[in-house]
Amino acid sequence: MAFWRTLPGWVYLVLAFGFIFLPVAILVFFSFTSRDIPLPPFEGPSLRWYNKVLNNERLVDALINSVIVGVGSALVATTLGFLAAYSIARNTSRFDGLMRYAMMAPITVSYLIVGMGLLISLHIMGVPKTLWTLGAGHVIINLPLCFGIVFAALGEHQRNIERAAHDLGANDFQTLSRVTVPMLRPSLFAAFCISFTLSWDEFIIAFLLTRFEVTMPVMLFEMLRTGLNPEINAAGSIVFGISMTFVLLAILLNLRLRRKNA
Amino acid sequence: MPEPLVQFLDIRKEYDQTVAVAGVDLDIDQGEFVVLLGPSGSGKTTILSMLGGFVVPTSGQVLIEGLDVTRLPPAKRPTATVFQDYALFPHMTVANNIGFGLTMHKVRGAERARRVEETLSLVGLEGFAKRQIHQMSGGQRQRIALARAIAVQPTVLLLDEPLGALDLKLRRQMQYELVRIQKEIGTTFIHVTHDQEEAMSIADKIVVLNNGLVEDMGPPRQVYLRPKSLFTATFMGESNVIAGESKGGSGGAFNVGTPFGDWSLTGAMEPGQKFSVVLRPEQLRIQRPEGDCALMLGRARVTKVLFQGSYLRIECDSATAGVETLLLNLSADNRVNEGEVIDVFASAVDAVVVSH
Repeated sequence: MAFWRTLPGWVYLVLAFGFIFLPVAILVFFSFTSRDIPLPPFEGPSLRWYNKVLNNERLVDALINSVIVGVGSALVATTLGFLAAYSIARNTSRFDGLMRYAMMAPITVSYLIVGMGLLISLHIMGVPKTLWTLGAGHVIINLPLCFGIVFAALGEHQRNIERAAHDLGANDFQTLSRVTVPMLRPSLFAAFCISFTLSWDEFIIAFLLTRFEVTMPVMLFEMLRTGLNPEINAAGSIVFGISMTFVLLAILLNLRLRRKNA
Repeated sequence: MPEPLVQFLDIRKEYDQTVAVAGVDLDIDQGEFVVLLGPSGSGKTTILSMLGGFVVPTSGQVLIEGLDVTRLPPAKRPTATVFQDYALFPHMTVANNIGFGLTMHKVRGAERARRVEETLSLVGLEGFAKRQIHQMSGGQRQRIALARAIAVQPTVLLLDEPLGALDLKLRRQMQYELVRIQKEIGTTFIHVTHDQEEAMSIADKIVVLNNGLVEDMGPPRQVYLRPKSLFTATFMGESNVIAGESKGGSGGAFNVGTPFGDWSLTGAMEPGQKFSVVLRPEQLRIQRPEGDCALMLGRARVTKVLFQGSYLRIECDSATAGVETLLLNLSADNRVNEGEVIDVFASAVDAVVVSH
């Protein structure tokens, strides 16, 4: 009886997850085909198209560019987010609430608006479009997230831990470097992982703010213009795989942290 | 007479709307185990924080060994604190937690290792040096927090309700441990709690606080048996509080009018003065005491008898005084039943007169 009662739930679950994951699964699946088009019937599996991607110099360059921008912007966003969160959490001022909202507000602005704003500003200032300008754009969109993640980890208990460090003779810098930052390492790493993933996948700002050196999402878009091709599937699968790795890292870390604090 | 180790001189602390500490003078001597006891909001933790350097008083001075430390940051004070939530460093091993203060005080290498080892064995955690904090139980974390504070050899050790999170059995055990450790190292301990039983079992001196003021101060026996105020009498365990009015007297004795009739107490009191007479539940009895110091509390009907193992707890309504409820703790070999009418007595030497 229990089976029949729970059956609709299971059907719904399978449909819902299918709706979410099937397109990506199909993309990844046909990246292993040996045929010239990513459509049924499937032949293979073969690594033919992965081989092609890794021998395509422009694609490899784009991959490297994506890593540079992702790691660079994630490092900057995490650092700035930490500093902002630390100062707002540890100093009381009348503007605390206001500053917190101001820090988080950009999260609601669409990437297109951020990208356009930057594009116009760069044009007025006469700054050429490079990976630097793209990195700046990604710092803007990731800063609120990093701020939020670190701020959430700075509670009264953490404050007491810092008090204990001061009490035992540590100065401000020693407390920050030996206690606060190491204590927050899991949160900082989670912020870094999420920032990297978002930068890695980001298309609109990357499309608007780069010119000669492009990142992977922009390159995929260029390739799509010439029609479907298993090479795009393979490149897309690589992008997806790296994103997933970072998201899983962040989740695992979070789980470990919760178990530790339990 | 040597000067006190710690002196609070007319300390006040006001927050926006409230007065946390309303002018406290307090001396603490070298080697004392002092307990600041009071209900929440009595200012006990604020006083401790002002000594630790986490709170700056609105006015007044804090002196340690005669030096004004009122405005010194915690790092520059010869104090160390055991925090209520332990505040251990979660990313360090047990040994590095305990050695942190030593590193900050530039004690390194073999000397540091030796002192960490010594402190670990003092708190009974030999062999746990390499463990991570999250592998330790609540009671063990408590010991680590204590060890970390002791390791820097503070002049005064501050304990902010450190046993609050432990279960009853562990709490008792840690109370003994605290006293043992304090006697062994001879450091002055200042311990904050709201638990009067804890205070009595560990303190050399109890400071009773209420509404930001010192209500009473002294050894546990004195504070319990000879409370100076009605607050102390009722906060330090249960009491029978009986209204009294002096009828004057002479020769070291005076007469008191109470709902139970006139009593004769030792001391002197102007006629007409009103006060309370405090008698602990265990000071009431059902046999008339020997000698001429007996106080009569008349007949009373027993309304409730609770067997507490080592004693009987009895509530009864006084027939003489109408509505007065009396509380008696009798030894467990007494046989008293609910509904029974008993004669209640006390001894004049036990009665404590507390003015309003």
